Amino acid sequence: MSRTVQDRSAHDIEVLGARSGWTPQGGLLLEVDDLQVEFRTRDGVAKAINGVSFDLYEGETLAILGESGSGKSVTAQAVMGILDSPPGFVTGGEVRYCGQNTLAMSEENRRKIRGPEISMVFQDALSSLNPVFPVGWQIAEMFRQHRGMNKSDSLRQAVRLMERVAIPGAAQRVKAYPHQFSGGMRQRIMIAMAIALDPAVLIADEPTTALDVTVQAQIMKLLQELQEERKMGLILITHDLGVVADVANRIAVMYAGKLVETADVFELYANPAHPYTKGLLDSIPRLDQKGQQLAAIGGLPPNLTRIPPGCPFNPRCSYARDVCKVDPPPPLLNVAHHRWSACHFADAVMTGVLTPTRVKDDLGDTVDELEPEGFQLPPTRSPAGDGSAPAGGTA
Amino acid sequence: MTGEVILKAEDLVKHYPIRAGVLRRTVGHVKAVDGVSFELRGGETLGIVGESGCGKSSLGRLLMRLEEPTSGRLTFDGVDVYSQKGSDMRRLRRDIQIVFQDPYTSLNPRKTVGDIIGEPFQIHPDAVPKGGRRRRVQELLELVGLSPEHINRYPHQFSGGQRQRIGIARGVALNPKVIICDEPVSALDVSVQAQVVNLLEDLQDKLGLAYIFIAHDLSVVRHISDRVGVMYLGSLVEIGDEDQIYGRPTHPYTQALLSAVPVPDPTLRNTRAEIVLSGDVPSPANPPSGCRFHTRCWKGTDKCVTDVPLLIERPDGVSSHDSACHYAEPRVMV
Repeated sequence: MSRTVQDRSAHDIEVLGARSGWTPQGGLLLEVDDLQVEFRTRDGVAKAINGVSFDLYEGETLAILGESGSGKSVTAQAVMGILDSPPGFVTGGEVRYCGQNTLAMSEENRRKIRGPEISMVFQDALSSLNPVFPVGWQIAEMFRQHRGMNKSDSLRQAVRLMERVAIPGAAQRVKAYPHQFSGGMRQRIMIAMAIALDPAVLIADEPTTALDVTVQAQIMKLLQELQEERKMGLILITHDLGVVADVANRIAVMYAGKLVETADVFELYANPAHPYTKGLLDSIPRLDQKGQQLAAIGGLPPNLTRIPPGCPFNPRCSYARDVCKVDPPPPLLNVAHHRWSACHFADAVMTGVLTPTRVKDDLGDTVDELEPEGFQLPPTRSPAGDGSAPAGGTA
Repeated sequence: MTGEVILKAEDLVKHYPIRAGVLRRTVGHVKAVDGVSFELRGGETLGIVGESGCGKSSLGRLLMRLEEPTSGRLTFDGVDVYSQKGSDMRRLRRDIQIVFQDPYTSLNPRKTVGDIIGEPFQIHPDAVPKGGRRRRVQELLELVGLSPEHINRYPHQFSGGQRQRIGIARGVALNPKVIICDEPVSALDVSVQAQVVNLLEDLQDKLGLAYIFIAHDLSVVRHISDRVGVMYLGSLVEIGDEDQIYGRPTHPYTQALLSAVPVPDPTLRNTRAEIVLSGDVPSPANPPSGCRFHTRCWKGTDKCVTDVPLLIERPDGVSSHDSACHYAEPRVMV
């Protein structure tokens, strides 16, 4: 099932013309292979990504789940090729799009991929949109830059896209500025911009984190619709286990710059194979249940300049044994059909036969050593909440 | 567990003027809080949920008297809060404290943790004798799960979750009876969020605190609250016990909110009732007439455009609870 011109509606073909020469082999769009990224700062080298591998097929939704500082946004930036460098450096690995390593390409060739082939929606639409240009102009820029369209044609395309993402009165509002839109509408504009050139891969980095739940539902629905309509591969980066459960096909869980588990969404929620995933699932309150005391994961995520030896999760893990505290860290191993887990005791965790080696005190808090926040990954994002921290965007 | 009514709000209203032009003439009002009434009993948790801009944080500031109300009455233990002056007001403030949302901006970066948590004792010198203050601060640190040795550290040396613990320690320093928690966990990561929620529940048991828990996360609110109030555009649209609001909501807005919250269980996909509201929350400067929700409501009729529905007891199938909808009827959402 390769992407062909027939996949698109007649209207789109007229707009876009023939496809560029990218054809995925066997539906495989994107392969990330042992990606490594570090940030060289005054406080030392922060190893933000330590060997991340995953692949993405056509029409698939892969969720990358992790807390702030786990490296999920940096992964997206590295794949897009928009990592701030310095301080960020890709120190190893490959990102292959339709079989070709994008990391080895010239900047000129990468630009031909970024936008028409792989595109991205950022978290904070207000700081990602340019406040001094009308939104229509900013959407139309995609067509002017990549398709060489003139001003009026590109603006017409912008209106068409704004209509597609259900912005009421698109024709009248095409000349409005970002601040004249609500948060949900701004996010729709970001999405319009991202899908403008009909990319094969869409990366959505916390697309709904700054939004209210009712608006979040609208945006997720829109993303799903667009994905089905265009058969895009969608990478959804989020910390929200609820959103993931609703839309993802596969999930990759990140911790301290590593994938600790990847699995099909149903299997991951039913039988997590890594203690961190299990801990995350146990620690969230659920809307449909009045729970007892939450089983919090004690402690804090590690400082990326000083990742503990062995399994990076071992200081917080309630199942940790001696083998977990020494190098080499457990590799990501195939534990079942289409399931991988980076835990020495993955089978036992998955079947639930492993007994905890330490009992958490009633606060669920085992913060013995103070872990100052020496280093923050750029751009700083608030892990949750309604957009209290700005996100750096480069649309 | 829960006792007498200690905090009672009656028809609280807060309108902020909108000024424009050279003369800064008032051209309108943002109706941030527009007639909110509720009661809070000792030791209980009242959750306030709503989307951003619905006035829940303004309500929190009114309850703290950080803002003077446009009208309305607030009584604490039978004392009218808004008529108190000077030292009487200061004494009253000991009993109502607040924990803010953002642990990064609500702690003074130039002060040590000891100074931050000890500051309430400088304003209320009779709370703890001078010689015992440092000890008391260390006790408080221990109470919130931090090491007493951290007393001389600065806020930047702590993570978000630890900072929020510092904010909570400051909140409980004066042994208050009520704590307003304004989105206390929404800036935290999920794994850390659970630690702080557990801490708040622990402190409630130990110290007999009553909480007003303001949040936009309905799952967290359900977890921690005994009763829940749902706000929309400055007014409460529904209020009741946790199981009434979540189990048999009667107001369409509550139902829509609940349906929009994703549940972390993929097996429930496509099985849950789905109400996707169109559009955004209208501007509180110019709220719709009648029922404020009528512009987005699928049940709206002419009556909703003209008549304001009162927040009164309406049947919910099993019992009855307060709901402000002409066409209130229970619907199972979760």
